[in-house]
Amino acid sequence: MILRLADVSRRFGGLVAVNRVSFELKAGEVVGLIGPNGAGKTTLVNLVTGVHRPQAGEIRYGGERIDRLPPDQIARRGIARTFQVVQPFPHMTVLENVTGGALFAGGIKTIRQAKDEAMEHLKFTGLADFAARPASALTLANRKRLELAKSLATNPRLLLLDEVNAGLNAAEIDAALDLIRAIADRGITILLIEHVMKVVLTATTRLLVLHQGELIADGSPDNVTRDPRVIEAYLGPKYAARYAPAAP
Amino acid sequence: MTLLSVENVAAGYDDVQVLWGVDLDVAHGEIVALIGSNGAGKSTLLRTISGLVRPTGGGIAFADADITTLTPDRIVAAGVVHVPEGRRLFAGMNVRDNLLMGAYHRRDGAAAIRRDLDFVFNMFPRLHERRLQDASTLSGGEQQMCAIARGLMAAPRLLMIDELSLGLAPRVVEELTAALLKINATGLSILMVEQDVLTALELSHRAFVMVSGRIKLSGSSKSLADNPFIREAYLGVPSAAGVMP
Amino acid sequence: MTRLIVVATALVLVALPFMADNYVLRLATTMLMYSALALGWNFIGGFAGYPSFATAAFFGLGAYAGGVLQTRGVPMPAAWLLAGAIVALFAAALGRAILHLRGHYFAIATLVAAEVLREVTNSATDLTGGGMGLNLPVLSADVTTQARLFYFAMLVVAAAALATTALVAESRLGFGLRCIQQNEDAAIMLGINTRRYKVVAFTLSAVFPGVCGGIYASWVNYIDPTDVYDVLLSVKPIVMVLLGGAGTVLGGVYGAFLFLLMEELVWRNLLQFHAGLLGIIVVCLVLFLPHGLRGIGLPSLLSRWRQRTREATP
Repeated sequence: MILRLADVSRRFGGLVAVNRVSFELKAGEVVGLIGPNGAGKTTLVNLVTGVHRPQAGEIRYGGERIDRLPPDQIARRGIARTFQVVQPFPHMTVLENVTGGALFAGGIKTIRQAKDEAMEHLKFTGLADFAARPASALTLANRKRLELAKSLATNPRLLLLDEVNAGLNAAEIDAALDLIRAIADRGITILLIEHVMKVVLTATTRLLVLHQGELIADGSPDNVTRDPRVIEAYLGPKYAARYAPAAP
Repeated sequence: MTLLSVENVAAGYDDVQVLWGVDLDVAHGEIVALIGSNGAGKSTLLRTISGLVRPTGGGIAFADADITTLTPDRIVAAGVVHVPEGRRLFAGMNVRDNLLMGAYHRRDGAAAIRRDLDFVFNMFPRLHERRLQDASTLSGGEQQMCAIARGLMAAPRLLMIDELSLGLAPRVVEELTAALLKINATGLSILMVEQDVLTALELSHRAFVMVSGRIKLSGSSKSLADNPFIREAYLGVPSAAGVMP
Repeated sequence: MTRLIVVATALVLVALPFMADNYVLRLATTMLMYSALALGWNFIGGFAGYPSFATAAFFGLGAYAGGVLQTRGVPMPAAWLLAGAIVALFAAALGRAILHLRGHYFAIATLVAAEVLREVTNSATDLTGGGMGLNLPVLSADVTTQARLFYFAMLVVAAAALATTALVAESRLGFGLRCIQQNEDAAIMLGINTRRYKVVAFTLSAVFPGVCGGIYASWVNYIDPTDVYDVLLSVKPIVMVLLGGAGTVLGGVYGAFLFLLMEELVWRNLLQFHAGLLGIIVVCLVLFLPHGLRGIGLPSLLSRWRQRTREATP
């Protein structure tokens, strides 16, 4: 069991963003986190990575409580995340960007060693040819790969991918999926937050559904997409009542 | 007769492309619904039509005039009025002033504006009651009324509403849809983006279903309501009827 | 080739006091002082990208710390080093308090620091002499020897600042600071302890101006709050670094040299417009040369010239 959330809640002013959410992730799983807009998915990621603190509940990573730690310490313990809007170091080269990941959270002591390590990750993500280019010169799809390479350089056991596929065309999405599969093959646990249903259904074996801050479903994609509560969340209560009534 | 015609429009933010060749149209006097899962690009499409986002491909025509590259204020002057997601009322101003701000660009004189203000207060009596109250102190439903009313004050020929029912109680939504039907009966065309599928389909004549920046389904609202592919559009799983074409 | 330039420069710098007259020596001492101030600012403003206006605060605090210690009988060199230590402690504490602020808010907070210190200094009349200023014991040596002494003192500080800059630039700290400057949120997520790194950079940006302040006080023998907490002591080093290239190793030195040369040759004659001209320069820099001299390719011109001379030799 690599990540466990127990009754985690967080509000901002009057708005409850995350409401008593509990779930567990087993090592090596690839799990999807879905839900309509404003459901609280990114807030949940921010809670796990330490950007915000939960106001109730606890978060355990490999048995250790992490919900009171600052983000850089959580990163050093092996939790990495990508951002919905990519966050590179724009004027540094692609190699330097990834070196940053290896040098700090990745635990490597010297810059030279970190650069070597970084080169390996660039090769893995197919960016080796761009090593000397400034990060801002890459296309969007490649910037997303760079984001991935940086996260991998931090040597994570748990990777949180926040909408990696936003803005990519079909071919780029397929390539991204291959990469995610390759990462999962290395034994890294992945939590995939996605809007593009097709991606989440092909890449994951389990779905968590968040709606208005609450976890309303946790199960296989087949079960979850037929769950009346999920249909209600996505298509509205009236539609669900007429076309997908809950079993009596 | 076509009032609004969106042809093969592509658009996005910076280099994140959101819309990939969208076709959509609204005829005179119609209510058209735009539905689809989140992140599909519905709000982006409205913002592209109203000029807040510049399209990178395709064209938009309104009343036979090309509005593709016009600035937002010109598009409002042409008669396309966008009621944005989240209402965006002017906090610190009372209801009446918010409504009058809607008429900001109008040149047809104080009398015409006064007439429209009376019309709007008639349509939404609760707004008249609260006309001197700070707009940010209204309830969610009243704020939505105020936002729609403000849009009406701009003398639109096409009213575009982004997320009518978000965060509102069912009863309030019914009030609002009744008001919209009345407004439509006076000849105003409406394009609405709506989360709740049945609310959208019950209110509109025709509907378009958007998935990942493309229109996947369209047709009369009655026929779409029974269409099993709707579920696939939202949840990605093929229904019993097979995969969406 | 580079080594030759370095050695030559070093020789010139060391020999200068014995070859030039006192006027040139004074100018050179001022240039060295401003080089140290600029190099100091570069740690927090250039590497970390935090616009600090605290240089005047550190300089003034160092001047008064050094000055007060000397009036109590502490020998000069010890007073200077202690001044540096006191300023460093102050900077670490101040940094802890304000480095969570970003951009303009941070800048304003640092501006306020100098003002507050000036007021405190003004009021602590028993300790500092307040608005009437502080007189330091005069050295019993002739003018020329004194001039050389203070020249070498500033040279040591400037050299130390340069060496520290070069070390940091190649180190893990320097890398981390650059990441913070490019994208602080991403830096945190990569495991960089941004709070600690920023405090270190801020402290480094204080210690050199602090020691300079102490030396300055001994050099001019009389200081008052308006003089040593002058906001221009914060603004000029920034302009110098921007001129020479922020975040580089030698940028501050180039900028200081160029700026003071221009000041000496051109503006001294236009006393009334002095501050106005400074403002115009800042605007021009921001609009036309955002990367300073680096923007017009001076370093690449230099390296190309070096390349050509290297290829020319058989």
